[in-house]
Amino acid sequence: MPQVAIQAKGLEKWFGEGEAKTSALRHVELETYFGEMVYIVGPSGSGKTTLLSVLSGILKPNAGSVLVEGTDIWSLDADALADFRLNKIGFVFQDFHLFPRLTTAENAAIPLILKKKDWNESIRHAINYLEIVGLKGRADLPPVKLSGGEQQRVAIARAMVSQPDILIMDEPTASLDGDTGNAILSFVHKNILNVNRCIVVVTHDSRIYEFASRILHMEDGRLTGTQKGAA
Amino acid sequence: MKGILKLAYKLLVNDKAKFTALLLGITFAVFLMMFITSMFVGVLNHASSTVINIGATIWVMDPAVQTVSNSVGMPDYVLDAVRSMQGVKYAVPLYSGGALVKLADGTYQSVTVVGLDDTSLFGRPELLEGKIEDIYAENGFIVVRDAEFSKLENPHIGSELELNDNRGVIVGIAKVSTSGLYGTPTLYTTYERAVQYIPNPRYTISYVLVEPKSFSDVQKIKQQVQSLGYLALTKEEFMQRTADFFIYQTGGGTNILIMTVISFIVGLSISGQTFYTFILENLERFGALKAIGTKSRDLVGMILFQATFTAFTGYGLGVGLCALLIWLARVRLPSYAAMVTYTNLAIGFAMVAVIAAISSYVGIRRVLKIEPFDIFRG
Repeated sequence: MPQVAIQAKGLEKWFGEGEAKTSALRHVELETYFGEMVYIVGPSGSGKTTLLSVLSGILKPNAGSVLVEGTDIWSLDADALADFRLNKIGFVFQDFHLFPRLTTAENAAIPLILKKKDWNESIRHAINYLEIVGLKGRADLPPVKLSGGEQQRVAIARAMVSQPDILIMDEPTASLDGDTGNAILSFVHKNILNVNRCIVVVTHDSRIYEFASRILHMEDGRLTGTQKGAA
Repeated sequence: MKGILKLAYKLLVNDKAKFTALLLGITFAVFLMMFITSMFVGVLNHASSTVINIGATIWVMDPAVQTVSNSVGMPDYVLDAVRSMQGVKYAVPLYSGGALVKLADGTYQSVTVVGLDDTSLFGRPELLEGKIEDIYAENGFIVVRDAEFSKLENPHIGSELELNDNRGVIVGIAKVSTSGLYGTPTLYTTYERAVQYIPNPRYTISYVLVEPKSFSDVQKIKQQVQSLGYLALTKEEFMQRTADFFIYQTGGGTNILIMTVISFIVGLSISGQTFYTFILENLERFGALKAIGTKSRDLVGMILFQATFTAFTGYGLGVGLCALLIWLARVRLPSYAAMVTYTNLAIGFAMVAVIAAISSYVGIRRVLKIEPFDIFRG
């Protein structure tokens, strides 16, 4: 029986008050497990990103709870929650958000630097991860010298460098062409996913569904269905 | 924190265009502020040159005197009265006035003549050439070798000059620590000769120079002089009185204040705006750092470090540039009136600290406001 990675119960999230009130999440309940790659899909405005933010400890829900590896993350104070994200969760953003003035290795080393690890050791560790994502020899280049796919790999190396248990990927293929997007998700599926890791992906891109363990459909703030993935 | 600061440092200095603009803004502002105030301090210092060079502890003068160069003659009895006051070790007269020297080509050059007490020669300058006792020789004058020396056609010992239709002979060449403000050469002679050569009103004593028996007697002497209807000031008080005159009664202080404020505004505008743009350009990435797990206080630390590092690097460059230009000016003009004082440095430092504080405050506000959720929303 796989171990539960994330457990969400009764999640409610709304923005605004009174007549301007908009519900983004309506009584969402879900469980994700280690060893699986879960996709959250749905039309724009369906609440996918809001759900991802709530699950990863970035956006506080109005009601409900999120347990990550048994810890109720929304009962933590701000500092403890920041530490939790730093230690347990890796983020891959849609637009990569790499610092253009830092080298590729420095970008990838950021989580270790934030964890107050030694600078040189962090860079060495980051270079190892850059090799894993296929960017050997690119460590000293600035991100602007890399292609979109390579930048996404740097973002993945940054997310993985501190070896988090959970990887959150927000629209990872939105800034990439079809082939590159496919290659990135294939790489993640083969090399990053393992029995001790859970990957949650928000996407519109049906071309990458083949790598999903499970696909959760969202609409109008609700989980409307679960589909077993091909992987 | 060390690694985070290194990260902040790299983010800052690797953006060469903005870092250069930031440094230029602050350096220029500090340079302007330092240079203006240094010139003013230099002018004030030169305005008090006679006080500095004579070096008396207490100066007795007419209450109307505002600066050392504008003395008001006092009757001889003031000297006698001061000499008989409690706490006075000794008191001597000093003459300070202007005269015209006729040069070899027939043109006239105005000079400052300082007449020293005939008995003690109190306040005598340090001689480079000649012997001090020669000042008692017939028509003897000592000339100061400063930036104005050449205006008397570089005289040497034995040179003759015509001073207010009287013959004068150079018997010594001296140096002083501070040159005068008005660009005139300075001649030293005895008090008696000075009042004899230079047409004077009825009262001839410009100042009475007093040495108290002890420091504790200074206040007592000042009270006794006041009861006589005159004013006694310590050397520092007289310099301050001269400075106050230039600051408050000539408009110089207001002008310096305006220029300092303008340089502050220039520095704040350039560096504040550039730093804000730097923060704005990296705002989403700071948001990403927040999402990854950076604590707010670490982000605040990064921004404060960036602003402080830039500000104080700019401060160092500005002060260095100012010192360099003053040094270069002094190569050409040895008595160039500019001085970098600890007060100048402290004012510049405070100004830069305020620029850093305001710039970082604006940046910190923006960074703390951004929600990591906004990064996900794009």
